[in-house]
Amino acid sequence: MGVAYEPVIGLEIHVELKTNTKIFCGCPMEFGGEANSHVCPVCLGFPGALPVLNKQVVEYAVRAGLALNCEIAPYSRFDRKSYFYPDLSTAYQISQYFFPICKGGYLEIEVNGEKKKIRLNRVHLEEDAGKLLHSGSSITTSDYSLADYNRGGTGLIEIVSEPDLRSAEEARIFLEQLHAVIEYTGVSDVKMEQGSLRCDANISLRPVGSTKLGTKTEIKNMNSFKSLERAVEYEIARQREVLEDGGVIIQETRGWDDSKGLTASMRTKEEANDYRYFPDPDLLPIVLEPQWIEEIKASLPELPTAKKDRFINELGLSQYDAGILTSSRDLAKFFEETVALYNEPKVIANWLMGEFLSLLNANNLEIQESKVTPQQMATLLKTLNKGEISGKIAKTVFSEMFASGKDSATIIKEKGLVQISDEGALTALIEKILAANPKSVEDYRGGKKNALGFLVGQVMKETKGQANPGMVNKLLQEKLN
Amino acid sequence: MSALLGLTAHELQKLLRKKEISSGDLVKEQLHKIKQVEGEINAFITIAEKEALRKAQNVDKKRSRGEELSPLAGIPMALSDNFLTEGIRTTGASKMLENFIPPYSATVVEKLQAAETVLLGKCNLEEMGLGATTENSLFGSTHNPHDLQAVPGGACGGAAAAVAAEEAVFALGTDTGGDLRQPASFCGVIGFKPTYGTVSRYGIISGASSLDQAGPLTRDMTDCALVMNVISGHDPLDSLSVAPNNAKDYTSFLVNDIKGLKIGIPKEYLEGVDPEIIAWLQQAAAKLEELGAHCEEVSLPYRDAVLSTYQIIAAAEGSTNLARFDGVRYGFRAEGEDLDTFYKKTRGQGFGAEVKKNIILGTYVLSAERYETYYLQALKVRTLIKEELEKKLQDYDCLLLPTTSTVAFNFSDERAKALAGETAVLTCPANLAGIPALSLPWGRVKDRPVGMQFLGRAFAEETLFRIGFALEQKTNLTRLSPKGKGVC
Amino acid sequence: MKLTQNELERIADSAKLELSAEESQNYTQALQARLEQMEVLKQIEASQVEPTIDLLPLTNVFREDKVEKGLTKEQVFANAVEVENDCFKVPRII
Repeated sequence: MGVAYEPVIGLEIHVELKTNTKIFCGCPMEFGGEANSHVCPVCLGFPGALPVLNKQVVEYAVRAGLALNCEIAPYSRFDRKSYFYPDLSTAYQISQYFFPICKGGYLEIEVNGEKKKIRLNRVHLEEDAGKLLHSGSSITTSDYSLADYNRGGTGLIEIVSEPDLRSAEEARIFLEQLHAVIEYTGVSDVKMEQGSLRCDANISLRPVGSTKLGTKTEIKNMNSFKSLERAVEYEIARQREVLEDGGVIIQETRGWDDSKGLTASMRTKEEANDYRYFPDPDLLPIVLEPQWIEEIKASLPELPTAKKDRFINELGLSQYDAGILTSSRDLAKFFEETVALYNEPKVIANWLMGEFLSLLNANNLEIQESKVTPQQMATLLKTLNKGEISGKIAKTVFSEMFASGKDSATIIKEKGLVQISDEGALTALIEKILAANPKSVEDYRGGKKNALGFLVGQVMKETKGQANPGMVNKLLQEKLN
Repeated sequence: MSALLGLTAHELQKLLRKKEISSGDLVKEQLHKIKQVEGEINAFITIAEKEALRKAQNVDKKRSRGEELSPLAGIPMALSDNFLTEGIRTTGASKMLENFIPPYSATVVEKLQAAETVLLGKCNLEEMGLGATTENSLFGSTHNPHDLQAVPGGACGGAAAAVAAEEAVFALGTDTGGDLRQPASFCGVIGFKPTYGTVSRYGIISGASSLDQAGPLTRDMTDCALVMNVISGHDPLDSLSVAPNNAKDYTSFLVNDIKGLKIGIPKEYLEGVDPEIIAWLQQAAAKLEELGAHCEEVSLPYRDAVLSTYQIIAAAEGSTNLARFDGVRYGFRAEGEDLDTFYKKTRGQGFGAEVKKNIILGTYVLSAERYETYYLQALKVRTLIKEELEKKLQDYDCLLLPTTSTVAFNFSDERAKALAGETAVLTCPANLAGIPALSLPWGRVKDRPVGMQFLGRAFAEETLFRIGFALEQKTNLTRLSPKGKGVC
Repeated sequence: MKLTQNELERIADSAKLELSAEESQNYTQALQARLEQMEVLKQIEASQVEPTIDLLPLTNVFREDKVEKGLTKEQVFANAVEVENDCFKVPRII
């Protein structure tokens, strides 16, 4: 009844750091394998076991913090966060509460052409819990559960944004941008579907113009960028309805159900109201020398925003294309390396975003896993440009390159795909086709211009697509007119 | 042959080297003694007879091959049952770990094994190291070898009693607030708590992380130095252990010369101490003066705050260290139809009263609304206590005070038992400040041992070892055998 | 009263300790007494004092990101009571 509400959204993101070993012990990071096969007294919480901090984890956290424009804290330390749950072997999670390793920070996103700065509150280090498998289809319908501690002790960074997001779309764009930035730093694979990137959302509504925050709910279980957007969209609508009906929002944790398209109240963890944080006496402070921070900063690659701007301003790509090409570090790298060999950014961009990406997706491969190299790509495109093959043939050749790893020259030679551009050869063929299709000739001369297309097609068919279509077109027209 | 059993490790080592005795025979003697007295003392929870004999045999073989062996090779010893020993049951004297067989050993245990010592067994203690009388154990009480009616002290009463009763040549215990020194004092043996970080905590059931240190229980200072040489040093598995370049030879500290040392006697800490013990302290001061040291009274006004500060920190850290005992991966497990019930019954039944009370206290002081008033305040007062001690130790080489305010009291003395925890006021300052502390036997009151305590600067163990050694050479007050009193 | 029996029971609950009525009563008394004694700390003016957390003047104690030997399967489960499919079994969570 007249009150307009605006959504206020903050995100909490957990990123799995891809170090060789866990954060506090020498167990290898799990990559499949049997349950409880990458564990030791420390991560299993045996009596007398003690944590020792993995140096690489610290470096990765600083790397991520710098990429996110954070202030790197010269002094930080760990705290115990106490709660009981079967996936937590020591009944306290070692985290950073009082002195996080990175503070503040921001991420710039672009929404409908407008740039917006989303502030971060902090980035801190913590250990991951293990995994629980439930005997039933869900936690609420299970008689028992099974605990696997392979994942327990994995190093995580938790990234907390300020509640600066104002729509589901913004939230999704933010997460996508964050994904790209973190991916560029190389500290994580950030794959949502594998769990190396996890996101929870805190959502509340307030009357437009108000500065006070409304009651928020926490939304969990969003496993993709899309489901994040859908879940946030749903929750905003749900809360709006409650408030417009004169109800109140209950502060609670709600789980997104992707198949049903709704959020439902979760009662899986007892609402641990008090984690009883206190400094972990088993670990010493991290004191970061400015020199070490500088070294890490210097080793950061060009980040997505800067790269995207450069692609637009220096290479003349569109916003959209630049966005796609910079969304993944390896894709951007491939693009740049190819451009270095063949200076046609737009052409290369089209080929990468078209043929290459569709083949990668169809085969479920990452670009760095494909057999095609930037050199091969450049050579193919140069060959196409010289007219030695047609565009259509080029696509066929590329598919073969993708499948076999062979370069274009080899494939063209093996399959005899060189484009026929010899006027003499084509003229002879054209005369043959014209003789065989007198009705089409008549149709064309009678005014039906599309008969030309048919005749071109016949020539192409006869030459198995190898005839130079431009030339065929020209010669046919000459002959017909 | 039974004269062997009262000897020190270094005396026995001479005989072993000369091959006048074998380790095998020595261990057999020791095991025989254990069987003789255990019915009354109950110092051991687990006796590792087979393993001990096997190890002794191995050492004898190496010796006969002419191999170079460490000064403690072949010497039978015992460990308090909170040191994890791979393959040998480790219980923490708790129902929670009644049948727990660790898959790994504590770092200090591995060091002792590498030094070829022979583990006789695991000693009784207060459940999870909480208490001062060694009565709160799943395995019954340990009795003081000097008088079976009396408590041995706690938490590490079993280990101290084993050494006193000649059931083991030396033992290791842990000290969180006096848990090693107080039983050492009650049982008439040497108990030494090193500077925090000197001895690795890895593989020892945690009491309180910032207070715990393991240390030796021995018959003389030379043995103490020999054990320290084995167990001390950097451990990459313990973040809070000393840096790698910190190795010391403790035997080099055994110098019979304390001329010019300045010793302070903190007057506040003499409050409430048995006057006969104070008399012994004065006697000790006199002896020290005779030896050329200088003793005088000093003031440490924060005395009244130490106990509460210690209790809060110990409970807070301890309660979270005990949270891992939930029946899921090891240990006692009760039935529960749902997770919450399962946790509560397992922990409710698996832990004894003292442990549960401590967990509740720790949880209370860490709760968000009380964090600042209790826990944070305790950490700040800890700074004050620590700085006070450190400042005093800049002007004095060490501080002298009694280890306990009374001698061992009877099991039947309810009043004394109720106040037993308070005696930690004399011992917990060393833990709060992380400084080394030596408890040296010094005379008797009513036939029960008295202990004198020396506190030193952090990493200045040398001073304490000198003093202990010098006093040892000067008198026989430091060797208090229980022979003729109750056992042996 | 520093600590009521109700409060003690709530705390025992969050620490996952099942107590009998007798234990609940006894512990409340015992802890009340201890908390009384702890009042002495509140009298000490320490607002400008730094808390002591680390007993050693060390920082940056790290390990290298190298794999170390863990536990074998036998070792992992040797002391577990309920195991299924190489996992530790717990009763119904909800």
